[in-house]
Amino acid sequence: MTLVQWSNMLVYASMAMYSVAMLAFAAAFAAGRTSRMDPAPGSEDLRTPVAVGAATGSAQAVTTPGSGGSDDPAAAARAAARAASPMIEDGHAGGPPADRDPLPPGRRAANIGMSLTWLAFGLLVAGLIARGVWADRAPWGNMYEFSIAWVVALTGVFLAVSVRRDVRWLGLPVTMVSLIALGVAVILLYNDSPQLVPALKSYWLVIHVSAAIISGGAFTLGAVATALFLVADRAERDRRSQAVTDLDPAADLEPARSGVRARIRATNSRAAAAVAERVPDSGTLDALAYRVNAFVFPLWTFAVIAGAIWAEDAWGRYWGWDPKETWAFITWLVYAGYLHARATAGWRGRKAAMLGLLGFACFVINFFGVNLFASGLHSYSGM
Amino acid sequence: MVGPRLGPVGWLRWAWRQLTSMRTALLLLLLLALAAIPGSVLPQRPADPLAVNAWIAANPGIAALLDRVSLFDVFGSPWFSAIYLLLFISLMGCVVPRLGVHWSAIRSPTPPAPRRLDRLSGARAWTTADSDVLTRAADALRARHWRVSLSAAQPGDPASRGWLAAERGVARETGNLLFHVALVLVLIGVAMGGSLGWKGTVIVREGEGFSDMLTQYDSFAPGRFASGDLPPFSFTLTDFNASFERTGSQRGAPRSFSATLAYRSAPDAPVEQRAVSVNAPLRVDGAKVFLVGHGYAPHIRLTDSTGRVVFDDTVVFLPQDGNFTSTGVVKAPDAQPQLGVQALFLPTAGLDAVRGPHSTFPAPDDPALFASVLTGDLGMDTGRPSNVFALDTEGLTQLGLGALRPGESLKLADGQGTLTLVDVSRWASFTISHDPGKPLVLAGAIAAILGLSMSLFIRRRRIWVRVEPAGPDATRVVVAGLARSETTDVAADVEALVTVLGGPPTSREPIAQKPIAQAASPTAVDAHMADPHQEES
Repeated sequence: MTLVQWSNMLVYASMAMYSVAMLAFAAAFAAGRTSRMDPAPGSEDLRTPVAVGAATGSAQAVTTPGSGGSDDPAAAARAAARAASPMIEDGHAGGPPADRDPLPPGRRAANIGMSLTWLAFGLLVAGLIARGVWADRAPWGNMYEFSIAWVVALTGVFLAVSVRRDVRWLGLPVTMVSLIALGVAVILLYNDSPQLVPALKSYWLVIHVSAAIISGGAFTLGAVATALFLVADRAERDRRSQAVTDLDPAADLEPARSGVRARIRATNSRAAAAVAERVPDSGTLDALAYRVNAFVFPLWTFAVIAGAIWAEDAWGRYWGWDPKETWAFITWLVYAGYLHARATAGWRGRKAAMLGLLGFACFVINFFGVNLFASGLHSYSGM
Repeated sequence: MVGPRLGPVGWLRWAWRQLTSMRTALLLLLLLALAAIPGSVLPQRPADPLAVNAWIAANPGIAALLDRVSLFDVFGSPWFSAIYLLLFISLMGCVVPRLGVHWSAIRSPTPPAPRRLDRLSGARAWTTADSDVLTRAADALRARHWRVSLSAAQPGDPASRGWLAAERGVARETGNLLFHVALVLVLIGVAMGGSLGWKGTVIVREGEGFSDMLTQYDSFAPGRFASGDLPPFSFTLTDFNASFERTGSQRGAPRSFSATLAYRSAPDAPVEQRAVSVNAPLRVDGAKVFLVGHGYAPHIRLTDSTGRVVFDDTVVFLPQDGNFTSTGVVKAPDAQPQLGVQALFLPTAGLDAVRGPHSTFPAPDDPALFASVLTGDLGMDTGRPSNVFALDTEGLTQLGLGALRPGESLKLADGQGTLTLVDVSRWASFTISHDPGKPLVLAGAIAAILGLSMSLFIRRRRIWVRVEPAGPDATRVVVAGLARSETTDVAADVEALVTVLGGPPTSREPIAQKPIAQAASPTAVDAHMADPHQEES
């Protein structure tokens, strides 16, 4: 087999691993409430929650994720059981200590999913390296390679986070997105040429494009966390309003709900509640999304600036409002807006999260849309 | 309800406060993003004027309207400029006052510890006989690069035996301000480049020379305040090479372009060999020469009815597609009678019923010239400027039509002359530009990344220690911390300090599982601190 065949084989093998990992995560999801963040039980501090509101550290302990604000005794019992159960993690996503058997439902499946994701990641990295050796250059010179590198970045960021924190609940969306991206790459974007168009032959390919890819992978993870935040936030709102209604039936001033729209709303609400049960509370999700996006925003800024320096060498101007440049600028502006919105009265929470998703949408448009549909200097999709 | 009346100054102040508010800045940011979108969808004049003309021709109805609101030059339009100028004014209005506030904050001591320190979340307290707690805490914190201010026991305050306030990560705000100021530097640099720089493009055929003078450029765009002094260099294009992918799905994709120049930095300087390729421009004194395009320049010879050679030169043909199907014209006004040639050059000739003659590969594997020779009044004697790349065929009669390979000739009807394709050479196009704003833009960009990283990665937090009397020989020590930026965890700092001071460890592993969400909204925190500048700008 030639090196490029090895590379393709490794990519296919990696896809198979991603598929099995996704199934494992799906099984864990179906088993329910498998891999959430558990609250750190109250330590011996002198907190009086009313005094300074939820300042450092207290948000975790004051409300148990998933059961906050609920008067449901069953939920409280579940929360108590969780606090006492072996699900309290030591923060490492690896295998749980052996003496903690039997494992709660779904935990084993989620752990298998994590292991398989590591394997899939390793195979994909090997495939990417094989392709780079075969082509004798950085393996992100066309859309096919770029998509694969993007999945490597996404999975890499996910696994890096998983070393420090329990984020197994992110496994299902991450493997799902990875598999879709790899499928699109293999079926629609495959490129059999090791050569590059002249504009790409530069050491800036390594610097600019890798920065853009890593940013893309992290933005994707941030968007997944943001979307989950919106779902969890919705479920928590529903639960709060439900609690109010339960306490005081007169508070339910809405007319009797009937008809298709009401049923759709009820279904959505149930779905949101089901997802929310399996992920951390909205505050944790929001903080994770912010951390990932804020961490990578300087890198994205660097990618844009490095691109400008490269453009100056290749095309004689550092900024020419080429569609790719324009959308990189738009993406940058929207993420800047996201970061600002989090410190602006009236924009925190859901609105800021919407901006985060919008920023990611701009990134995707820039990555796929501009290469495939716009005519410009960056239209080297190899299509 | 009738509010108090505002005078003109009041209204101005109100408008200024609105403009410099965070919400306005955010809306302007998003508006700028929205305004940029049409510039990526519609063809833009500065980038591709030909595409704009084609678009207008294809959509005559709506194009006039779009043109009137500058949608074919979005990034030079008044409304786009208005948005980003307002954004920058808003930004400066927010940042400049904060510069002063931050400057004095850096120079003044950390604000004193709150009276009821133990009401802060995560506060730790214990009783000890140690009377030297504050000094030890100050030493420990200073060793870890905290800014520490100490206050000894006040005689008038029997409830206190002194306090300590420490802060870390003040550079977060420094970075934040640096980032925003750097953006202004970038804008100034861009404006400098646009007003003091210049940019010209020129097509040079193989064997042809170019000297850096205004008359030699095909197009030249000086900035409004450009000096007009061009560096006195010159060059001859001695050779141009292009290679293309031969096999596979990427067949025909370009693989390398390279131009070889015989270059002189000044008229009396020695000739040097210089190569210019896509990622390797030629750096001249104060300017750069970039290779931006290429095409074919067939060498065409034309004789007229008298047998005299009336045209004998290479002709620039403009590529029409990725395989370099190219069009060009020759005008011979001195011929008897005047002759014109309208031709299609195909580097690799192909012919089919649907597309007619077209090129099937961009390299000159099987070059052919499909030419139509015409005679009549070429309209060149009227003195009106005419397009060198187009021939107005109205009123002309065709003398011959044929396909020529290199070396072949076409005899025109009635002995009116011959057309010969002598051989095929190439041309390359160059952009030569001078941008004095570039260093400032680069410096601004680097400072922006630095400031951004500081403002996002540095965690700003405070720690306080209070010592209070708790009996004859005992003091009560209270330690508490406060995160002053989002997702900042001060619990670890508090814990470390408590350990140093010999306080009791927490019963459970203090932070065995590091939760992702530690800090609540920083605004709640800052509102508590009565800090008026909690909003990041």
